[in-house]
Amino acid sequence: MEYEAVIGLEVHVQLDTNSKMFTRVGTGFGQPPNSLTDPVVLGLPGALPVMNEEAIEKSIKVGLLLDCKIAEVCKWDRKNYFYPDMPKNYQISQFDQPICEGGQVEIEMPGENPAKMGPHRMVELTRIHLEEDVGKLTHYEQDSLVDYNRAGCPLLEIVSEPDMHSPDEVFAYLTSLRNSLVAAGISACDMEKGQLRCDANISVRPKGETKLGTKVELKNLNTISGVRNGVEYEIRRQIRAIEEGTPIIQETRRWNPEQKYTTPMRTKEMAHDYRYFPDPDLMPVKIDPAWIDRVRKELPEKPFDKQRRYQKEMNLPYSITSALCGDHLLCAYFEEAAGLAKSAGKVANWVVNDLLRELSQANKVDDFAEKETMKTTPQSCPVSPQMLAELVNLIEDGKLTNNVAKELFPEMFTTGKSAAELAKEKGLDQQSDDSEIEGICAEAIANDPDAAEKFRGGKEGAINALKGAVMKASRGQANPKVVDETLRRLLS
Amino acid sequence: MSSDSPIFKSATELSQDLQAGTVSSAEITQAMIDRIDAVDEKVHAFLHIDKEDALAQAKASDERRANGESLSPLDGVPVGMKDVIAVKNQPLTAASKILENYRSPYDATVVRKLKEAGAVVAGRLNLDEFAMGSSTENSAYGPTRNPWNLDCVPGGSSGGSSAAVAAREVPLTLGSDTGGSIRQPASLCGVVGMKPTYGMVSRYGLAAFASSLDQIGPFSTTVEDAALLLETISGHDSLDSTSYPTDVPSYSAELKISSEPKVLGLPKEFFGPGMDDEVRASIEQVIEYYRSIGYQTREVSLPTTDLSIPVYYVIATAEASSNLARYDGIRYTSRSERAENAIDVYAKSRGEGFGSEVKRRCILGAYALSSGYYDAYYLRAQKARTLIRQDFEKAFTEVDAILTPTSPTPAFKFGEKSDDPISMYLSDVYTISTNLAGLPGISVPCGFSNSGLPIGVQLIGKAFEESSLLQIAHAYDREHLHGRQAPNL
Repeated sequence: MEYEAVIGLEVHVQLDTNSKMFTRVGTGFGQPPNSLTDPVVLGLPGALPVMNEEAIEKSIKVGLLLDCKIAEVCKWDRKNYFYPDMPKNYQISQFDQPICEGGQVEIEMPGENPAKMGPHRMVELTRIHLEEDVGKLTHYEQDSLVDYNRAGCPLLEIVSEPDMHSPDEVFAYLTSLRNSLVAAGISACDMEKGQLRCDANISVRPKGETKLGTKVELKNLNTISGVRNGVEYEIRRQIRAIEEGTPIIQETRRWNPEQKYTTPMRTKEMAHDYRYFPDPDLMPVKIDPAWIDRVRKELPEKPFDKQRRYQKEMNLPYSITSALCGDHLLCAYFEEAAGLAKSAGKVANWVVNDLLRELSQANKVDDFAEKETMKTTPQSCPVSPQMLAELVNLIEDGKLTNNVAKELFPEMFTTGKSAAELAKEKGLDQQSDDSEIEGICAEAIANDPDAAEKFRGGKEGAINALKGAVMKASRGQANPKVVDETLRRLLS
Repeated sequence: MSSDSPIFKSATELSQDLQAGTVSSAEITQAMIDRIDAVDEKVHAFLHIDKEDALAQAKASDERRANGESLSPLDGVPVGMKDVIAVKNQPLTAASKILENYRSPYDATVVRKLKEAGAVVAGRLNLDEFAMGSSTENSAYGPTRNPWNLDCVPGGSSGGSSAAVAAREVPLTLGSDTGGSIRQPASLCGVVGMKPTYGMVSRYGLAAFASSLDQIGPFSTTVEDAALLLETISGHDSLDSTSYPTDVPSYSAELKISSEPKVLGLPKEFFGPGMDDEVRASIEQVIEYYRSIGYQTREVSLPTTDLSIPVYYVIATAEASSNLARYDGIRYTSRSERAENAIDVYAKSRGEGFGSEVKRRCILGAYALSSGYYDAYYLRAQKARTLIRQDFEKAFTEVDAILTPTSPTPAFKFGEKSDDPISMYLSDVYTISTNLAGLPGISVPCGFSNSGLPIGVQLIGKAFEESSLLQIAHAYDREHLHGRQAPNL
């Protein structure tokens, strides 16, 4: 029998805000444990929450980016349960009046090959709500330690409809969501740092069946590929169970990324009764339409819209745009350089091939902390968009050959020197000096009378042998266009 | 002790004496400490008093005054705190074993305001554990006794705050009122106690019992003193989202302006059976007095009055069950030594740390919020609360304030109601609806029973019209000053 998987995702995104969700204490990663705390974060007697406006604004922004309906009024509820990572033993969240409802995420499935665009579709969202994050527990043999630095950070939960059917769709969804959120400055979405976390609800049913199968919630999916692998495993496990006649029980399972299987965590019977009720310490939030309009004006272009624009308006090939559009910093760099250069297409090639290669080289450091502080971005790297534009223009103007430029680029990246500067230092400026080139060309014709004869006899291809000789003699520095013209003139 | 000792003076008198230079804050504070040493063994209003710190504050006040830098009329006047209001570096136990070793690292907003006004913030006052109770018998550190009769309760939950003022241990105190916890003990101890409009005084730094009902308010021996203390602690606070952005007039200055006679409402539902005869007689004298100075009285109806106790015990316990979840043995609360795993830490720390009334209310509240019962209890209670509020709104279209007894009886004996929670809950029958409606209410001493126990009258005002309510209360109090009578201790 053929089966169909039905998957819905709950994605938690830490909003990048200056202060925590309900207090003035700052946010940050890698600070000394429990240093980002105050009476509110620690839930001391008498402490009260006060809403962070920036977190609301960022949530509105996400809602608009994902075409959600923004609530006129949203309110705060307490989700009650005991756990040591939660100082108050309740989490301030949104139960029945979330800040956003509906919405969709555009995804792209893999194409026939990497050079071909795959099919696009919309994944429907149920809702998005805002809540406060919990602390982080570290377990040791005898004790557990808790760090409340993360506790109280604004956390957005984006809940999709059960609208995905394969691990590839899940992967595409997370990738697209992450690209959009990063581009809009909502969050860095680094899964390693817990800035983006994901739980998957998975069920399986015979193909054609409309009723949903029994749902299993999968947790501990800590990387995007972990999500794909975990979901893939769980689908296979459920199909196998159905085929063996074992009933699927509604439960929460944990993905084990090392051993690559899922294990039960708790069943439905063990599920908490969260005793939600409106938080009496906080007033409902009325969201003024003027506020929404203002946020709307600040929305960045969506990554897929950008990609379509690059293809249509700049005639960039799909493979180049797909390499660019996953990274909004790269896009910003590209657009700045392209605006200064004579060929946007050439700039795109340089960005996607050479700049990306140098960046990944530069960021290849093992030490995690170092990686944090030293991370090189397109904007912080030594080759500015102006310098790349200059490089491309030198090639376009015949002042530098492509080969020489390729050689120079890594050095520009390490030294921060411009292409012109380096070429001059190395004596690699392209020769466009007609008399010098004419001399070399004449010599080449003299050295290969056979080729000259064939060309004169109408064999067009024979000129290539002569060109090769000229380039060789000039150590690659002769402008190919000038060489071509000169040879043809001398041979006519 | 001589009757011209500072301890027998009102805060307003002390303020005048300080300004006149006839007494220093150090003298007042020392007299207060001596009085505590002399009588608190009997009364047990104080859970803790940091004498050194109090005298240091007093000395600083005297220095300011000497330099002509006095901060406010309250500069140098001692104010005691119910042990649920956070004072930096002082204990905060909420009269619970679970907070036995906790000290607050920060000041409540009211405390910050008092310190900025130069007041000597001193003493931690007894209460029913986490402000749950009406007799102060639920304190884990032993009950407070009524200074008028040591066999009787002082009322609660702010029994320490009311008894300390009645016993002349401190001229002013702050308490908190969730269902009557300021007004009822004020009435039982023969002092003035006021619950402001919800949102008038910041709750930041008040260990929460029921967030939508709790308000901090003053205790004093006169309405004039209550006005002075209230104007110092009121006002919008950016740290409390439920605090109301409004200007605070000088209540004490407005008391001096002669006000027109007002219209008082007498809710017929409050004057039915269940009211003690002596209380009834005393209240009738108050009504007569108001009529004699030109006030009109009018019968009004608050038909949902009988809903207030059940509604209160659903909403207050539901909020409490969540508010008290933080006391878990993990961070700053006492951890059970018998705990062997994480669940144990919660169950045993809370089991050993909380008293039975706190446990009862947490269980009631958790039940009312649980899945399948929420709509029937919590949601219905909230709807009924709206009806209660609407009753008051309607009544206030006809009258300026509502007059009722504060408590159905004078102070009762220890143990009389402690085994019967329902009868204890009924002692708040006249005060609870005020909290549900968010309105200001004040209890003013209006005489004594034949056995010498104080009786109080309650006046309930319109939201955010504290000034008018205080004027009405003052019109009675300035001519009677029952609160100025001190018990023999």
